[in-house]
Amino acid sequence: MRIGVSNMGKGEYKIIVGLGSCGIAAGGNKVYEAFKEVVGKSDVPVTLDETGCMGMCYKEVLVEVIDPDGKSMIYGEVTPEKANKIFESHVIEGKPVVEWIVKADDMQTSEDSFFNKQMRIVLRRCGAINPESIDEAIAMDAYKAIEKAIKTMTPEQVIEEVLNSGLRGRGGAGFPTGMKWKFARASEGTKKYIVCNADEGDPGAFMDRSVLEGDPHAVIEGMMIAGYAIGADEGYIYARAEYPLAIKRLKIAIKAAEERGLLGKNILGTDFNFKIKIKEGAGAFVCGEETALLASIEGKRGMPRMRPPFPAVKGLFDKPTNINNVETYANVPYIILNGASEFAKYGTEKSKGTKVFALAGKIAKGGLVEVPMGIPLKEIIYDIGGGTSSGKKFKAVQMGGPSGGCIPADLIDTIIDYDSVNQTGAIMGSGGMVVMDEDNCMVDIARFFLTFTQKESCGKCTFCRIGTKRMLEILERITKGEGKEGDIELLEELCENIKKNSLCGLGQTAPNPVLTTLKYFRHEYEAHIRDKKCPAKQCKALIEYKVVEDKCKGCTACSRVCPVKAISGEVKKPHKIDSSICTKCGACMATCKFDAIIVE
Amino acid sequence: MSNKCCCNERSHYFDKFDEIMAKYEGKEADLIPILQNIQEAYGYLPQDILDELCNRTGLHPSQVMGVATFYSQFRLKPTGENLIKLCFGTACHVNGAEKVAEALADELKIEVGGTTEDGRFTLETVACLGCCSLAPVMMIGDETYGRLTPDKARKIIRGFYENRGE
Ligand SMILES: Cc1cc2nc3c(=O)[nH]c(=O)nc-3n(C[C@H](O)[C@H](O)[C@H](O)COP(=O)(O)O)c2cc1C
Ligand code: FES
Repeated sequence: MRIGVSNMGKGEYKIIVGLGSCGIAAGGNKVYEAFKEVVGKSDVPVTLDETGCMGMCYKEVLVEVIDPDGKSMIYGEVTPEKANKIFESHVIEGKPVVEWIVKADDMQTSEDSFFNKQMRIVLRRCGAINPESIDEAIAMDAYKAIEKAIKTMTPEQVIEEVLNSGLRGRGGAGFPTGMKWKFARASEGTKKYIVCNADEGDPGAFMDRSVLEGDPHAVIEGMMIAGYAIGADEGYIYARAEYPLAIKRLKIAIKAAEERGLLGKNILGTDFNFKIKIKEGAGAFVCGEETALLASIEGKRGMPRMRPPFPAVKGLFDKPTNINNVETYANVPYIILNGASEFAKYGTEKSKGTKVFALAGKIAKGGLVEVPMGIPLKEIIYDIGGGTSSGKKFKAVQMGGPSGGCIPADLIDTIIDYDSVNQTGAIMGSGGMVVMDEDNCMVDIARFFLTFTQKESCGKCTFCRIGTKRMLEILERITKGEGKEGDIELLEELCENIKKNSLCGLGQTAPNPVLTTLKYFRHEYEAHIRDKKCPAKQCKALIEYKVVEDKCKGCTACSRVCPVKAISGEVKKPHKIDSSICTKCGACMATCKFDAIIVE
Repeated sequence: MSNKCCCNERSHYFDKFDEIMAKYEGKEADLIPILQNIQEAYGYLPQDILDELCNRTGLHPSQVMGVATFYSQFRLKPTGENLIKLCFGTACHVNGAEKVAEALADELKIEVGGTTEDGRFTLETVACLGCCSLAPVMMIGDETYGRLTPDKARKIIRGFYENRGE
């Protein structure tokens, strides 16, 4: 993975531990410590290093070993014990532990399909550099694009290039980036701002975080280029408070860039000045909306306001402001350095380049994937993601989070571009892709998202504040088995009105999860309401746990694990579940080795 | 904390606050970072500190409380010794986070949002901890626990009470 790192000791082994959030959560720090210990004890010179997310989150902890001749091999699911073995065998004896390898330069592995259909522009340096080392980033072309822009191009030419690339905003709505820059440039005033939206509110998405953690320089450079293009000398990154590692790495990157004269005054000897500040969010989904975000930077409650005036005219501290998403900025240096046409080579007519997705949920190979626009959804789910993790039937994929919708299995041939995804009723969104199998209840999913938007509604406008509340009440009723005839129609009416009358995108898109599930899974709603059944057997009020007498061996495992003592029976005789006590926690079913407990 | 009566001790109580205020001009745009710093230093936003903040900056109490109650990060009450952040993001939800929440609530005998009587745990839910491939996930302090089941979650809590920490 690591290519062209200049400071790598020749003739030495290099061990690199993946320490993105996912790697750390899986125990990456302990693996790092284990390597540190064995490396310290051995006389063989070895460089130990860390990197950001390599993408294969499902195989964390990932460790890359680079041979003295530069050959790379990546190990998956490494534990401190495995670390010792890898060191012993691979580094000391020169014999790689083949069965643990998930990716290698000169060897095929069962995991190659995860990478084969990917195309890395945004993630070009993620997992390939130590994100805390500006030298490693520079060795892989960081800050070459800003140099090219300020030394050889006029701001107008920069905007033209971005326009020609066809880059559209990756934060959700897909507005053409070059156009946005053009408006901001045209706005009057000498003080202008660049803002980077790193609020990543979609619960279940982690693209922006991985980019910030893995290659903060790409985002900084993108913001600088935007600053040069619109005539701004100051930028803010608004980052989610829950992202401490991303914030830490951004701070390190900004400081390093300042020390190199890449940020600050008279950058690279020109008269271009640019500085960047970080603002930490404080936990409010609505602050991802651009006008709310600006209010939050100003120290206010993050409530959206009417547009126009758009931020390009009147934004941060009332000055013209350009706001883009993390991934949007990370694309820009590539476009400037390689030219618009190189970027526009990828994708469809109206959606150019690549898109990063956080593939999660019931997926076998979940992680961070970057694919060219235009790829069929099917290839992401099956070829890259390896199908469902449960092995059960794929039911739907949720795209776009609380503003998006569910694309059902029938539409799996949909191609990934803004317009095709919109046609299904979902949205491209910022890149969350949550896979669901037949055990997931679609009414419950709709309820889940409404619970979220209802809680996050800022309360400024009535349709969003009260409308989502009423929708949630209906959905809760339905999942509790108290749905009535007319509920679906009432939901539809509310959806329509909330969409039409809400002030900001939060309310305008809040009905989408309900509308798409109603469109594709109406029968599930009807089953809940009319038959008082949950076809996915998930909604507690509508299911019952039962013992299949023929299968029960009377091993008593279930009665011991039941937290409420609802199961009784003698040893070696079929047990019974008292449904009046049962809380439907599912512990018995998970424990039973004989498949003797079923849900009805 | 507020029942400290001795003047000397009381002034120490404000030391951390003084340090924070020295870093900022106290303009409106500093309000969120100041509150974040206070919470980091005190574990929550104590009322007496907020009062003092209004005195010193001239920001109106309604403004400070407006911001403090708008953002979910801010807490007006102290938490237990260990803060459990259980992920309720989409990936965790489809993998059964709700059942884990019920198990935790039952084991700890509290509701989501509550603190145990002995003050050892506070149970909170958050949206996406960013390690969706390990769903369902929770964090206790800085430690992440992944691929949870209701049973596993209960055992982790019992482990704390048996002082194993795992
Ligand atoms: C409720 C709501 C939440 C949003 N959350 C985000 C977010 O987390 N990240 C983001 O980049 N854009 C988010 N947006 C979109 C932003 O308002 C804005 O369109 C985007 O930052 C523009 O950047 P782009 O043109 O590069 O996509 C959100 C919009 C709404 C209405
Ligand atoms: S949804 Fe739980 S970690 Fe992402």
